[in-house]
Amino acid sequence: MSNTIITENPSIDPVAVDTLPAVNDFIALLKPRVMSLVVFTGLAGLVLAPITIHPVIAVVALLCIAVGAGASGAINMWYDCDIDAGMKRTSNRPIPGGRMEPGVALGFGSTLSIGAVAVMGLAVNWVAAALLALTIAFYVFIYTIWLKRRTPQNIVIGGAAGAFPPMIGWAAATGDVTLMPLILFGIIFLWTPPHFWALALYKADEYAAVNVPMLPVVAGRKETRRQIVLYSWILVPLTIAPWALGFTGAVYGSAAVGLGILFLAGAYQVWREKSDRAAKRLFAYSILYLFLLFALLMVDALILRLGRTV
Amino acid sequence: MMAVRDWNRAKDSRQRKLRSRNLVLVLVLGSLALLFYVITIVKMGGGD
Repeated sequence: MSNTIITENPSIDPVAVDTLPAVNDFIALLKPRVMSLVVFTGLAGLVLAPITIHPVIAVVALLCIAVGAGASGAINMWYDCDIDAGMKRTSNRPIPGGRMEPGVALGFGSTLSIGAVAVMGLAVNWVAAALLALTIAFYVFIYTIWLKRRTPQNIVIGGAAGAFPPMIGWAAATGDVTLMPLILFGIIFLWTPPHFWALALYKADEYAAVNVPMLPVVAGRKETRRQIVLYSWILVPLTIAPWALGFTGAVYGSAAVGLGILFLAGAYQVWREKSDRAAKRLFAYSILYLFLLFALLMVDALILRLGRTV
Repeated sequence: MMAVRDWNRAKDSRQRKLRSRNLVLVLVLGSLALLFYVITIVKMGGGD
């Protein structure tokens, strides 16, 4: 917290004095948009698990996943405040915006991380808590501190951090990890590169300006477009795997095929058109794609469950 | 005169922020206490 003291001296610059972070700044540190997608995929893991748990414990598990994700976002903002300051998209975040001391963000993020893992362990189970701790550590140490500034493969490997939540949700319900949560992990893991590279294609100049070696900056836009198509071809079959392996029904299977064809079409459009417009469209669609896939997985699981009980 | 007005505005803004932060902190702590109470009841009742 800022310890600045306002004295009764009118010569003090009020703008410089008033640097106390507001509630909204703490909320912004938690990256609410990222958090909502993380919670959603975590919920999918909980719903798809073959064992149902008490609703209160399920809510606690989701809360811990949300807080853990937000906490790692806060630590990320602490470490990356120099990069954030140089990019238009992130320059108004609490630290580069001058509304918060970096140490406050670090303390906030660390406290929430420890709290989320501890509550997950005590209230849910320690397998889910260990996975949550691994996710936070992976995002902070492997992605943010190690990979992000060093290699264009940053989001390929770092994407694992965003892929853990369905596995955590599953582990919260069952206490273990089997093939299905690994497939869910794989779907998000393989979805992350084309999603972020689509963004990086039209933000390449900003990434270059702050020395973040995103693929379009290091290997060029042509190679990035090629990689987007390649990853899309690995991603789409994997999204169909839950149906092919009998984990889900035809509702999800047919939708995964249709949505996957649209994703591939978007990737090819990026490849052919070579325009920012196509990259923006793919970026926007990729968010909808992941959301719909996981929503349909849950709907399908609920339909199958209802079918068994009737 | 301007400096005094600016200083008063900054002071008001700081107090507003402090008030809202304190309120949120109270709500968060209260919610946590309630949550731990409910978790305890569920666990004691045999809920997983």
